[in-house]
Amino acid sequence: MATLPGAFADLEPFSDWCLEFEHERYAKRLSSNMEEMQAFYDAAFPRLEAAMEYLDQYELGALPDDAQHLLWLCYSLVNVSFPVEVWRQPYVPDSGAAAMDVVVEPAV
Amino acid sequence: MPHFPKPAEGSWTEHYPYLGTGPVTYEDSISPEHYELERKAIFGRTWLNVGRVEQLPRVGSYFTRELDVARTSVVVVRSADDQVRAFYNMCRHRGNKLVWQDYPAEETSGACRQFTCKYHGWRYNLEGDLTFVQQEPEFFDLDKADYGLAPVRVETWEGFIFVNLDATDTTPLRDYLGELAKGLEGYPFDQMTQVFKYRAEVGANWKLFIDAFTEFYHAPILHAKQATSAESQKLSQVGYEALAYEIDGPHGMVSSWGGMSPPKDLDMVKPIERVLRSGLFGPWDRPIEIDLPPSVNPARSPVWGIDSFLFFPNFMLLVWAPNWYLTYHYWPTSYNTHIFEGTLYFVPPRNSRERLQQELAAVTFKEYALQDGNTLEATQTMLESRAVTQFPLGDQEILLRLLHHTAREYVADYQRQQSGALAPVGATS
Repeated sequence: MATLPGAFADLEPFSDWCLEFEHERYAKRLSSNMEEMQAFYDAAFPRLEAAMEYLDQYELGALPDDAQHLLWLCYSLVNVSFPVEVWRQPYVPDSGAAAMDVVVEPAV
Repeated sequence: MPHFPKPAEGSWTEHYPYLGTGPVTYEDSISPEHYELERKAIFGRTWLNVGRVEQLPRVGSYFTRELDVARTSVVVVRSADDQVRAFYNMCRHRGNKLVWQDYPAEETSGACRQFTCKYHGWRYNLEGDLTFVQQEPEFFDLDKADYGLAPVRVETWEGFIFVNLDATDTTPLRDYLGELAKGLEGYPFDQMTQVFKYRAEVGANWKLFIDAFTEFYHAPILHAKQATSAESQKLSQVGYEALAYEIDGPHGMVSSWGGMSPPKDLDMVKPIERVLRSGLFGPWDRPIEIDLPPSVNPARSPVWGIDSFLFFPNFMLLVWAPNWYLTYHYWPTSYNTHIFEGTLYFVPPRNSRERLQQELAAVTFKEYALQDGNTLEATQTMLESRAVTQFPLGDQEILLRLLHHTAREYVADYQRQQSGALAPVGATS
C-alpha cells in the first residue's frame, strides 16, 4: 500500500486513491459511492494547497516515492471533484454509454 | 441586438452567399452510399493530419496509423537522412502488414533501425528500400530495387504531419491548408509538448461530431450543470455569439470570447478551480508570452478566449488564450461510426502545481466531451429515422453549413470526374 509523506499522514486512510494512471483513477471513481468520495474529498481538498507547496520543493520528475504518491492522490482529488462539486453522482450526467479512454498521458 | 459586430450583409452566413440560409438535410450523414463516395472523394484525395513531428524524435522513430476509411494502414518514420517519410504498411512480398505489435489492427509506435516483416523476414531500410530477402536465390529474376515499400505522400506544416493517399494530386500541403493556416504560422506549437490524448468510439457520422465542436450555441445549455448555478443561468439568458467567423475554401474558423481564465468573479467557478487556478479554459497563469499570429483572434478582441479551426476534412485545431492548444480528429469507420481523438498540448510543467493545473484542464475536457459524444449517438439514430428531413441552422451554426456543403461538393466533383472518365467507355460500347 502506498505511503504518503509524514506531514500528510492524516490522508493515509485514503492512500488507495494513490493511483498512477488515469484509467485507474476513473475506474475507482465509477466504482465508488458518493459517501466514499465525499469523505475523500472532505479530507483531501483542504490539504490541496499544502500538498502543492510540499511537492514544489522537489523537481517534477525527481519526486521521492512518498511525494509521488501524494501527487497521484491529488490527481484523484481532481477526478472526484466533478462528482462531489458538480454532478452529485459518480458518472457524468447524460453521458450514458459514451466512454473515452486516455491513450497518452504524461509520464509523471 | 448583437453583442459583437457582424458583417455588412447582416449575418455571417450571408457574407458567404453560396452557403445559403435555408433549411439543410443531413442525408450526407445517414446514407451508407454517400459514405462510400466520401471515402474516395474526400479521404482518398485530401491531406490528412496523422500526427506531429515530436512523435518522431530521432532517426528510426516510427508510428503507424490505421486509416479504416481508406481500408489501409500507413507507417510514418524519421529516415536516416532525417526526413519524415510515409509508406503503406505492407510487405512487398505477400502483402503482410509490415509493422504491428500483438494485434495487427492496432496502431503502434517505437524506434527501429529497419523494418522486418514478421512473416518471411524481408527487411526494408528507413527509406523504404528492400535490403534483404530471405533465401533470395529461390526467387526468379528478383531485383530488390523493384520492391521497395510503396510510398505515401507526406508533408509537414508547423510540425503537423499530413499524408495524402492520392498519388496524382500535386497540391502542396501548405497551399491546400490555405490562408487560415498561413496566418497560424509562427505559433509556438513546438514548445507545447506535454500531451494528454483521449480516444473514443462514437456511434455517429464523423461530420455530426465536428458539427458539435464548430458551434458553441449549445454550450450554455448542454453544459449548464458544469458551471455554478448563478453563472449557468446568466449564460443561458445571454446565449452565445462568436467574435468572428472566417472561411477560406473548405476550411473555416470560429473565434470566441471566454472569460474563465481567470474568471472575473471567483464565485463563477468550482472550488477546485479556485485552488488550482485552472479549468476548462486551461491554467489561468500563462506559461509563456506569445505574439499571436494574424489568424488567431482576428477581431483582436480583448475578451478573446479560444479559436477553433476546422481544416477539412477531419482535423480541428483549437488555440486557447492561456497559451495551450488542442486538436480533434474524427476518423470514420462506417457511415454512422467514427473514432474521435482529442489531444491536449501544454508547455511542459515546471513543477507539481503546474502539472496539477494541467490535470484539471484535461479531466474537465473529458467531462465535457463525454456529454457531447453521448448526445451525438442519439442524434444519429433520430436522423436515420428520416421522420424529419429538413432542419434550420442559425447564424452561429455557419460552420455546419460549410462542412456539409463542402462534403457534398467533394462527392459531386468526384462523381462528375468519374462519369467523365467513364464516358468514352460508354461511347464505344
